Amino acid sequence: MLIGKKSDIASSEITPKSLWLDRRRFMTGAAAVGLGIAFPHDKANATALKFVESPLSTKGEVLTPLKDVTGYNNFYEFGTDKSDPAAYAGAMKTRPWTVEISGEVAKPMTLGIEDILKLAPVEERIYRHRCVEAWSMVVPWNGFSLSALINRVEPTSKAKFVEFTSLADSRTMPGLLFPYVDWPYREGLRMDEAMHPLTTLAVGLYGETLENQNGAPLRLVVPWKYGFKGAKSIVRIRFLERQPATAWNTANPSEFGFYSNVNPEVDHPRWSQAKERRIGDFFRRPTLMFNGYGDQVASLYRGMDFRTFF
Amino acid sequence: MIVTERNRRILWLAIFIGCMLPAADLLRRLFTRDLGADPVETLIRTTGDWAIKLLVVGLLLTPLTRILKNPLPVRFRRMIGLYAFFYVCVHLSLYLAVDQGFDLHAIVKDILKRPYITFGMMAFLLLLPLAITSTKKMVARLGPKRWRQLHRAVYVAASFGVIHYYLLVKADITWPLIYGTILMAALGWRMWQATPLHKTIRAGA
Repeated sequence: MLIGKKSDIASSEITPKSLWLDRRRFMTGAAAVGLGIAFPHDKANATALKFVESPLSTKGEVLTPLKDVTGYNNFYEFGTDKSDPAAYAGAMKTRPWTVEISGEVAKPMTLGIEDILKLAPVEERIYRHRCVEAWSMVVPWNGFSLSALINRVEPTSKAKFVEFTSLADSRTMPGLLFPYVDWPYREGLRMDEAMHPLTTLAVGLYGETLENQNGAPLRLVVPWKYGFKGAKSIVRIRFLERQPATAWNTANPSEFGFYSNVNPEVDHPRWSQAKERRIGDFFRRPTLMFNGYGDQVASLYRGMDFRTFF
Repeated sequence: MIVTERNRRILWLAIFIGCMLPAADLLRRLFTRDLGADPVETLIRTTGDWAIKLLVVGLLLTPLTRILKNPLPVRFRRMIGLYAFFYVCVHLSLYLAVDQGFDLHAIVKDILKRPYITFGMMAFLLLLPLAITSTKKMVARLGPKRWRQLHRAVYVAASFGVIHYYLLVKADITWPLIYGTILMAALGWRMWQATPLHKTIRAGA
């Protein structure tokens, strides 16, 4: 028996002010997006980059055409369809852009994108890119090792993990209205993974600054891990003593591991990871252990059980 | 609304051509290289999507006929159902031939190990006898009562189809939920129609 009168509307059902204000801003954002469609512009913000070729580049792979690299993206902040990021990301503002670096470091700082571009010479790094959805690309990224930035802020001995937070701007990102993951998007690496020379802070691809749909102006590329580990449009980097909660791992811990190293032998619970379809191909090809970067990175995981730490 | 035989034929033809358009469009895009970055994925997804769409629409035709008290919708049920089966066949063939490259070992493993594939295959196996017994001759041979009983399996097949879809999406479950809701509504309506209570009310009214 129910004693006392229940309130007609549960307080949880009342929309908080911040949310409906957000919704209004979203509508103006949506209008801007509409304009973006009305006046499509090729290579909206991209400018040419000066770069040197990296010895870390993957040899003997055919590059995925630019139109596929910039037209077939997972960037759920702009929608879940592969064509949504190219259609809607144009509204995102990437200048001015700052990255707040904090946590277990001797020198916490906030760096502008211009400062970050001066941290190290920009290289061209051709990497295989393997999505957790079992498709792959070969991308000529432009950027440099993340370690260049890490060394600059001098992590303390307590720094065991690095957390990357992506932009979450409801004015320009319609996908934020849907709780696909707990926004903002967050990713993380173990300190030794973050310091590995292959781990790249990318600012461009195909010799030009990143298109918004690829994570402009600054994103992470970890070629031996599934693509979702590479946080896009990074606004914050934190150094932590404990493993951070990451977006996909929190949303579905049994399906998306914190490590998420490419591994043909450990399947996603719902689909096989043994093979992949290279964009441009008709038939699948076998997936390589650590996406083919085992020689460089396998030693990071010596003695680890990949079925537990997938 | 009075529908003349001639108008009915025109409508039939329009639906017949309409259901073919998605397939024709895919063929056009295939030959003009307009299927996007991952053509195989586009083909498999689009044919699967149309299979579910047509199954769900097909299941709405009987309720529609009874609610409108007009026999027209249900007369297109067989065609829509067979078109759904056609898209299922294309969808399955692409998976077997292109996605898996006829690797029987991998396919069997997939069916046993991946619930979404298991449900998809079960949906196909349930639809197969329905497609075979869709001719007038087969209705006569089975007798209308047994034929109707058999064809109730379409609800199970469609549900398996929706579960198959639900299990493969990564996070955005909007469309599987929409199809599932329509399906449940159609099934709920049919079950309500079959209850003794409903029949009593109808007889009294």
